[in-house]
Amino acid sequence: MISFSQVRKSYRGGHEALAELSFSIESGELVFITGRSGAGKSTLLKLIPAIERPTSGTVLVNGQNIGSMRRPAIPYLRRNLGLIFQDQKLLYDRSVFDNVMLPLAFTGHAHKDAARRARAALDKVGLLAREKANPITLSGGEQQRLCIARAVVNRPSILLADEPTASLDSASAAEVMEMFRSFNQVGVTVLIATHDDALVQRLNPRVLALKQGRLAS
Amino acid sequence: MSSWLRQHWQTFGLTLARLARNPLATLLNVTVIGVALALPLGGYMLLQNLGSVTRQVTGNPQVSLFLAADAGKADIAALEARLKQISGLRAVRFISREQALEGLKRSENMADVIATLQTNPLPDAFVLETGGGAAELERLERELKALPKVAHVQLDSAWVKRLETLIKLGRTTVLILATLLASGLVAVTFNTIRLQILTQKDEIEVSKLIGATDAFIRRPFFHLGLILGALGGLAALAIVYLCRFILNQSILELAQLYGSGFRLGFFGVSDCLALLAFAAFLGWLGAYMSVSRHLADIEPR
Repeated sequence: MISFSQVRKSYRGGHEALAELSFSIESGELVFITGRSGAGKSTLLKLIPAIERPTSGTVLVNGQNIGSMRRPAIPYLRRNLGLIFQDQKLLYDRSVFDNVMLPLAFTGHAHKDAARRARAALDKVGLLAREKANPITLSGGEQQRLCIARAVVNRPSILLADEPTASLDSASAAEVMEMFRSFNQVGVTVLIATHDDALVQRLNPRVLALKQGRLAS
Repeated sequence: MSSWLRQHWQTFGLTLARLARNPLATLLNVTVIGVALALPLGGYMLLQNLGSVTRQVTGNPQVSLFLAADAGKADIAALEARLKQISGLRAVRFISREQALEGLKRSENMADVIATLQTNPLPDAFVLETGGGAAELERLERELKALPKVAHVQLDSAWVKRLETLIKLGRTTVLILATLLASGLVAVTFNTIRLQILTQKDEIEVSKLIGATDAFIRRPFFHLGLILGALGGLAALAIVYLCRFILNQSILELAQLYGSGFRLGFFGVSDCLALLAFAAFLGWLGAYMSVSRHLADIEPR
């Protein structure tokens, strides 16, 4: 489903974020990417939705080569991915409900159908009662759950989360992790980047440990 | 197709709602565009009216054809037959030298002068009524001068040509003004859309990240440009209509002094629609240029 072979990514100025990285992830796996800040976790996650392109090597997502993908094809790749960002990227000029509606605006769903899907996604993360609220009034944990709702509303086959628990207390973090696990249990491939080792050990999943852009183990 | 239409319709509604949420900014933008368009539009309206007035006044410009002194009755008859064959003449009237003298005798100032004359110094003449413009008259003049026994051709409407030239000058001025202000309109929408793109930077970035196509992201800005242009055009029409209303109050008084019912006319429906379409197009053009220039800058990192 996702395969990296000999992937190198260096930024302008010579900083090498990933070097000779090779691994593959099968459909339905739950994989953690660990490592200290600057180890290349975010870069790895950004390569999958073509936010960044590999400098050399091959990144395959659902059989599509990210490195050679043409610009107009990128939106359709991203629609099949659920993205949860480190900085959340919620829109504070609209309600919780409208934030979740955003990904459905350009997929051609009729409004009624879209609204039903959005409410289902909000229900799954326990925010249905807050649908009219502005995201700014939500707690940190709730905001993170809203991000998850927005990521899954299109029913993607792959979920990518960059440090989803970084700013949460341990109870909220556990809640969020439990959500990822439940999505994984219904067949969604889940990739989570985190530096929270305690959390990883509790779940005992497959781990890709990065160290200076390479697999450590 | 229906989904494409629905998306456009939704975008249109959202754009209108967004404009309504910032009534002051919208009003200012529309006013700027409206005033810019109203200037050439008003000039165009005045010219159109002036044009129709000239056509009324000079509807039948007259040409006087004076015959040579030695023209006999047979010559006159032959000439009259020739004149009736010339196209572009509406009426041919013969005024003999005796008739002309009688006419002069009837006018008060001339009677004394005429009485002192021994012989009749006036030539026979034809008065011709024509229907054409300045160019047509010139052609006619050449043709008439070539006729036998014609001593002199007098165009009593050389000023028609002057007026027509003047109107042409006015047209050129309005055209230049319109071009300048149309570029101004494009610049105004360009900048408005640029600001709007900056305001919606976050939304654009997130939309790109979750799979919105470029076409989807551009669409609301095109709609915005189109709507702003059309509203501006509407404002321009309103401004010109209002000015016409005010001007007509004074024009009516003036016209009454001359015993005329003249009033400034307004544009027809098709002209109004054409203007709205043109203004909307200019708005779209500004949006297109702005979107092409600024949207690529917002690329998620």
